[in-house]
Amino acid sequence: MITRSDIPLRVINSSPEAILKAKKRTKRSFRQIRTENVFRHTLTIMGLIMVILVLGIMLTLAWQSRLSISTLGPKYLWSKVWDPVQDIYGAWPFLLGTLLTSFLALIISVPFSVSVAIFLGEYHPKGWLPDFLKNAVELIAAVPSVIYGFWALEVLVPYVRKFESAIGVEPVGVGIFSSSLILAVMIIPYAASLGRSMISLVPSHLKEAAYALGATRWEVIRTVVLPYTKSGLFAGILLSLGRALGETMAVTMVIGNTSLIPKNIFAPGNTMASVIANEFTEADKPVYLSALIELGLVLFLVTVVINLIGKKIIDRFTND
Amino acid sequence: MESTILKSRNFNASFGTNHVVKNVNIDIPRNHIIAVMGPSGCGKTTYLRCINRMHELIPGATSNGEMKLNDEDVYQMHPIFVRLKIGMVFQRPNPFPNLSIYDNVIAGYKLNGIKLPKGERDGIVERSLTKVALWKEVKDSLNKKGSFLSGGQQQRLCIARTVAMEPEMILFDEPTSALDPISTSTVEELFHELKANYTLVIVTHNMQQAARVSDKTAFFYMGELVEYDETKIMFTNPKDNRTQNYITGRFS
Ligand SMILES: Nc1ncnc2c1ncn2[C@@H]1O[C@H](COP(=O)(O)OP(=O)(O)OP(=O)(O)O)[C@@H](O)[C@H]1O
Ligand SMILES: [Mg+2]
Repeated sequence: MITRSDIPLRVINSSPEAILKAKKRTKRSFRQIRTENVFRHTLTIMGLIMVILVLGIMLTLAWQSRLSISTLGPKYLWSKVWDPVQDIYGAWPFLLGTLLTSFLALIISVPFSVSVAIFLGEYHPKGWLPDFLKNAVELIAAVPSVIYGFWALEVLVPYVRKFESAIGVEPVGVGIFSSSLILAVMIIPYAASLGRSMISLVPSHLKEAAYALGATRWEVIRTVVLPYTKSGLFAGILLSLGRALGETMAVTMVIGNTSLIPKNIFAPGNTMASVIANEFTEADKPVYLSALIELGLVLFLVTVVINLIGKKIIDRFTND
Repeated sequence: MESTILKSRNFNASFGTNHVVKNVNIDIPRNHIIAVMGPSGCGKTTYLRCINRMHELIPGATSNGEMKLNDEDVYQMHPIFVRLKIGMVFQRPNPFPNLSIYDNVIAGYKLNGIKLPKGERDGIVERSLTKVALWKEVKDSLNKKGSFLSGGQQQRLCIARTVAMEPEMILFDEPTSALDPISTSTVEELFHELKANYTLVIVTHNMQQAARVSDKTAFFYMGELVEYDETKIMFTNPKDNRTQNYITGRFS
């Protein structure tokens, strides 16, 4: 409702023209309110569609994997053998492969993404070098995954092979380790750009307080910037983990695609996403297909759980 | 004769091509309170931040001229030592929100990587908080976050944090402009206490405040130091008519 108090005060005791003007403004306000309602409803509907979409995807996955769930039971998750020819389906090698590659990639990428975030957010926010770096990092996210796969096969894998023979493991080249390396490159931009924007949001009055007490730049970063942005940095890292869990193409190309449990981090293996991509077209039996879809369901749930855990941690960080 | 703690000669400061502080010459006597006044945008903050070399943290900011602390060239010293000798309190209270009251007071030591035995730390915290008349109010909640305090208490906490480093000078940039009248008078009383051990430079828009607390007053106008004299003289018998106009409220 528009009340008298909404009309600007100085207008109340003024000329007839001014009052007329104010009335016009009031009319306009009604229109604004109507627009506001339409706007709000549109937003609500859009939001609902998104929720329905996500639930729909999950229900579809669950429905399509009902055959596998009912015939294989829960031990599907921890059975160690995947042999479609003999109708034996165990998801454990792929669960392990997914978690191994993703966390390894995370460990490799975090020092880079945090450094880039600090460099761009605090050390050098302006100038040609930071601009160049920023664009380069954003470009990393824009390169199609299949290109990374090619690059890894052509360039990275031979080096990994050399490295493997140097440290005395079987020089396969393709495998968990190569996948983690390429994944690490691919996920850097996510943590780096979120971290950068969080860091540039640190209030300058806090940084100045530290400088005025004689802190060096590094001390300001360590004691003001990082504590202030830890939840943001963490959220960025989590985002990149989510990305690593589901990344398919590049990993499929360099992981070696075996359904055996990897003996070490240099051994070939498979992730849930890469098995689905590899075997989906070959799945000629209903149980086989259903088992693959159940793998998709598991991947979906793992991602959701990791995101929920992350949210919890962020809440804890920000509330204390 | 009183001894001079800070002396600047032909001091200039700019933001890029914007020449903001022009040829400032000033002698600041030890253990005195100096008020810095002048219309908005005249370069008070900029000059103040040149004294402890905070100005240079802003990209594109430059300065030149002579700035001597106890006859030592501030711009030849390492900025970190300058800032340890010349503390600063800002307009908006800015305690570290993630630190407790206790940790806020000794934040300077922590930041500088100075490790002290617990007993000594406790002593510093108690002494500093007592100096800013905050000890009684917070001694039972030292482990609470600094951001739980009222604005006035937060500002005194910030002063305590500065005092804890035992600087020679403390610069205040409109330290009470974000505070209510009661907190303001508490902080003003504090200035008198602090004068015994420190030299204070206080930027203020509040003429009554300048008249109440300061020994000498500097009047800046468009980047120049127009007049600098005993506060009594400045307010009763200013020589420059720009000063006169300002204190009679003809422009602000
Ligand atoms: N960070 C900055 N970057 C560029 N120019 C600045 C910056 N800060 C201040 N200036 C310019 O320097 C001039 C002096 O500003 P300064 O903050 O020193 O004024 P002041 O006297 O403290 O004013 P106030 O009373 O409003 O605080 C202003 O004209 C402003 O445009
Ligand atoms: Mg100012």
